[in-house]
Amino acid sequence: MYRTNFRDHLVLIIGSLMMLLPVVVAFTTSTHEAADIHMNGLTLVPGDHFAETYETVLTRQGGLTGKVAGLTMLGHSLILGLGFAIGKIVLSMLAAYAIVYFRFRAATAMFWIIFTTLLLPLEVRILPSYEVMHKLGLINTYTGLIVPLLASATGTFFFRQFFKSVPDELLEAARIDGAGPFKFFIDILVPLSRTMIAAMFIIMFVYGWNQYLWPMLMTNDEGFYTLVRGIKQILIVWVGSQIPDYNEAFAMAVLAMLPPVALVVIFQNWFIKGLTESDK
Amino acid sequence: MAKIDIDHVFKTYAGGAQAVRDVSISIRDGEFIVLVGPSGCGKSTLLRMVAGLEEISAGEVRIGGRLVNNVEPAERDIAMVFQNYALYPHMSVRQNLAYGLKNRGTPKPEIEARVAEAARMLELEPYLDRKPRALSGGQRQRVAMGRAIVRHPAAFLFDEPLSNLDAKLRVTMRGEIKRLQRRLGTTSLYVTHDQLEAMTLADRLVVLNKGEIEQIGTPLEIYHEPASTFVASFIGSPAMNLLQGRSTENGFAIGPDLWRLATGPLDDAAITIGFRPEDVTFTRDMRAGPEFLLDYVEELGAQKLVHGTVGGQAVSATATAEFQPQESMRLTVPEHRIFLFSTATGKRLRTPITPMQPAGDFSPVKA
Repeated sequence: MYRTNFRDHLVLIIGSLMMLLPVVVAFTTSTHEAADIHMNGLTLVPGDHFAETYETVLTRQGGLTGKVAGLTMLGHSLILGLGFAIGKIVLSMLAAYAIVYFRFRAATAMFWIIFTTLLLPLEVRILPSYEVMHKLGLINTYTGLIVPLLASATGTFFFRQFFKSVPDELLEAARIDGAGPFKFFIDILVPLSRTMIAAMFIIMFVYGWNQYLWPMLMTNDEGFYTLVRGIKQILIVWVGSQIPDYNEAFAMAVLAMLPPVALVVIFQNWFIKGLTESDK
Repeated sequence: MAKIDIDHVFKTYAGGAQAVRDVSISIRDGEFIVLVGPSGCGKSTLLRMVAGLEEISAGEVRIGGRLVNNVEPAERDIAMVFQNYALYPHMSVRQNLAYGLKNRGTPKPEIEARVAEAARMLELEPYLDRKPRALSGGQRQRVAMGRAIVRHPAAFLFDEPLSNLDAKLRVTMRGEIKRLQRRLGTTSLYVTHDQLEAMTLADRLVVLNKGEIEQIGTPLEIYHEPASTFVASFIGSPAMNLLQGRSTENGFAIGPDLWRLATGPLDDAAITIGFRPEDVTFTRDMRAGPEFLLDYVEELGAQKLVHGTVGGQAVSATATAEFQPQESMRLTVPEHRIFLFSTATGKRLRTPITPMQPAGDFSPVKA
């Protein structure tokens, strides 16, 4: 049997440090005062302004209109993340269900068309999408923010692969048991895919949470600001001799990291199961 | 409970491949019919057409006198047991059993009563709240059968239900299926490629080959009166010996050997001679049958299997455990236990066989 030795640990330790250090630095730096950071740069030593910085970030009514606080931005980010995750899962599951279980003309061709859109990043279609939403009058609405990005080739692809691995006999047994297409989907397929759903949920939530460009285009009302945009906002106050609130920006970055991390930690067992094993 | 009529049924796939060709079987109420044949013979396709999982290209299927060609599987009043059990992995055994009834809107107390009844019958009571994952193969197969039983269907359809079990369990489960079917008296259609399973379970056997029926009959009929070389070689273990030979005036010529048996006039002299290993007796009498050259012996404990050649073609025979095989022996088979088949078509020839008087001298006879 192979026994792990010091060198294996060394590699792992170096890897972990490379991943963790930036986060730790962001946190420790956020506990100092803005002027300190401006003079001394990043630091690993924790400062003594933890409570006040984070309280300010979360509750101070800021922005140009002075009515948006960190907590409201957190709320918006959550709505965006959840909306993306849930919407994408529902839509891609239904699409994959149609592609795998129903025989219709050019189903395979359609799947490959959906699949090739994976190659196109959001930025390619961002202007046409904006134009459509603008014409529909959906600027500055959650609908406008969420709906255009719901179609997901990644999700459809993963669910298709998963459904294909479900044995045909299960469908046949369900048919003999009197389950129609809808019942089979709800009673059998959805419960079977729960690990897959969990994995997709995490990926899609983080994707929605981290959206920057799209919300910036779609909303110009500060009432729709998300955390990610908030960070940027703090840093654009470079007017005259004013120092940007580095500490607050770091604090907000740390805050923005917490929900996705929490999600992954809580669901990591499901996440790994969903992507690696099929529970049949 | 119902009879099932399969009437001139065809299955043609897009592209023209025919999986089932002109199959007609009329299954009596309460009968246990086994469809048997090698893989690719269309037996599963036929079963799935009865179940409604596969479309019927031509012909009619009637269950209990009702034409079901265009009826959904759930409406056909049948229940099916699959080879890989097809249990819903996320449901407990109880939910698995109840799912079909729930979908049909059966009242709750009745569902509970039927599930309890099936669980008692199959000795599944201790496992009702477990998930299929936590069950052994045999228990899973019993759950699959329970799912069929609770429906009180007109017919059970079994698609190789025992293939995934180990040999010992297969024998036990075979007995259980037989006992259960007797007790419930439900018409059953059972697909298998295992001839032993087919023989032991069936009221009547249907032997399929390349999508067509080779023979229908009781296990003993099929065993003792095979209609073709295909049936003869498929049913029975060890398989029937089939020797290609020619019918001549002096008997059957098998390679250089001559077997002094006479037939009536034959249209085609090219025949295949069939006889079961258990009908062979060995003798040192030179006037008896053809020469058997010993190859090797398999000891089975209660008896032994003697393998060798006759006229260069492989022959096996069963013998008692005490039997001492010689390198060269003479082989005899009672005339009424010899089957003749046309080599060209493989069909059985109904020609009586009579022994011929040996030709005076006792030396080995050559053709």
